[in-house]
Amino acid sequence: MTTALPRRTTRATAALAVAASAAVVLTACSTGTSATPDDEPDTTLTVFAAASLTEAFDEIAADFEADHPDVDVALSLAGSSSLVAQIQQGAPADVVATADTATMDTLVADDLVGTPQTFATNTLEIAVPPDNPADVTTLQDLTDPDVNVVVCAPEVPCGAATTAVVDHAGLTLQPVSEEQSVTDVLGKVTAGEADAGLVYVTDVARAGDRVEGIAFDESDAAVNTYPIATVDRTGQNTDQADLAQQFVDAVLSPGGQAVLADLGFAAP
Amino acid sequence: MSAPATRERAATTRTRRDPAEVPAGLPRWAYLPAVVGGLFVVLPLIAMGTRVDWSNYGALVTSESARAALVLSLQTAVASTLLCLVLGIPMALVLARGRFPGQGLLRSLVLVPLVLPPVVGGVALLSTFGRRGLLGESMEVLGLQIAFSTTAVVLAQSFVALPFLVVSLEGALRTAGERYDVVAASLGASPTTVLRRVTLPLVWPGLLSGTVLAFARALGEFGATITFAGSLQGVTRTLPLEVYLQRETDPDAAVALSLLLVAVAVVVIAATHRRGAGGAVR
Repeated sequence: MTTALPRRTTRATAALAVAASAAVVLTACSTGTSATPDDEPDTTLTVFAAASLTEAFDEIAADFEADHPDVDVALSLAGSSSLVAQIQQGAPADVVATADTATMDTLVADDLVGTPQTFATNTLEIAVPPDNPADVTTLQDLTDPDVNVVVCAPEVPCGAATTAVVDHAGLTLQPVSEEQSVTDVLGKVTAGEADAGLVYVTDVARAGDRVEGIAFDESDAAVNTYPIATVDRTGQNTDQADLAQQFVDAVLSPGGQAVLADLGFAAP
Repeated sequence: MSAPATRERAATTRTRRDPAEVPAGLPRWAYLPAVVGGLFVVLPLIAMGTRVDWSNYGALVTSESARAALVLSLQTAVASTLLCLVLGIPMALVLARGRFPGQGLLRSLVLVPLVLPPVVGGVALLSTFGRRGLLGESMEVLGLQIAFSTTAVVLAQSFVALPFLVVSLEGALRTAGERYDVVAASLGASPTTVLRRVTLPLVWPGLLSGTVLAFARALGEFGATITFAGSLQGVTRTLPLEVYLQRETDPDAAVALSLLLVAVAVVVIAATHRRGAGGAVR
């Protein structure tokens, strides 16, 4: 039928390909191990903190570095449950600060942290777009079916707080969306998609003039507490453990508390 | 070459095997990276399978929220795929066969959703169809609200899936060429008849793979949906959103649901692929 295709593949080319790929792998390995930084501070303190603490901990960490010139604070910011999962999997954290006690309690139960201390609290507030299109003034107003209300899903901490507050007030909300995180709720309000959302006081403070916050008395039913603790790492030297404790003390110090208060957090 | 000619030539081979089955000098070294690549894709799936709490699997994937998410995912992915077909086939035809200034630029623009992070796609959709968006404001006046509705999910999925269909089909159209279309037209067929009887049957495999890709992309859509449509059980919370939410409280359920999503995708792709191969032979 047809002429056979010339077999262009030879053992030589095959060998060449293997050699080439081996070379690539070897180079990749050597560059990976030889990357030793020279100009960095002697000690790195790794702090795991809940995403809602981003601004506060950035500032506290900068102050801490100014007081300890040979220390570099590496902040790892994520949702509290992600942080807990990472520490359970052996992530190298020295200090952990979560956005609720439930997530911290799982670390305590696993003997992975020292005794947690509460360093801040936070309550819910109604966030509305600056022009308040639905004229929301109270929590009661959110039950109006014509108001597009967005809340956190009950599965996440801010949603659990929402459920507690709304139940305590004896109300029933019919949200148009139950978001994954409080930042998603805030995003829907700042975009003007939602008429109102339930977020934390600190989120309203952080959003500046893009949203207007409306405080309500029923928010006392769910006061969110932020615990901080040192992480017990195997093979950790005492200097590092001392440094971790110093960072915890810095957060609890008047200076650290002032930073938190500026950002809307209430004192423990 | 015409179909009878193909058959004649195939008949001259002794074994009458499908030409694809004859080893046509595939370089042996290709197997090593191919196997590594295959493992790279399959191993994580197997690893995920080992994490599944099989004794509770049934309960995990038949919970009310899981069923609502699965049904919603299938409905919206099918609707998005249909929307992609309605808009994407003409787009591919215009891009492959039309001649107009700015065609190259337009082709690049159509591909933008491929490189755009889906969350940004969601923001873009918000600025268009949101309540304060470009079109949303006038739609709001007409009493149409897309935000937080299932329609928003379909729009988000279609936005990210459309390029897959357009690219696959446009490539197939270019490869197929225009010779048969010209012949059919010269024999008196109207442009619509040519499209229906000649052009589309010729690019059937390309159209099919484009459709499957678009469906799979719509089924897995996450970022644009969560940004643009929100997340409410039975309305906007599709299976990927449910997986992400369950991960927060019940990682076992999240893994079980992920596997369900993979299973749905594999079944759909396998079924379409088989039918598609048959169609191509005919």
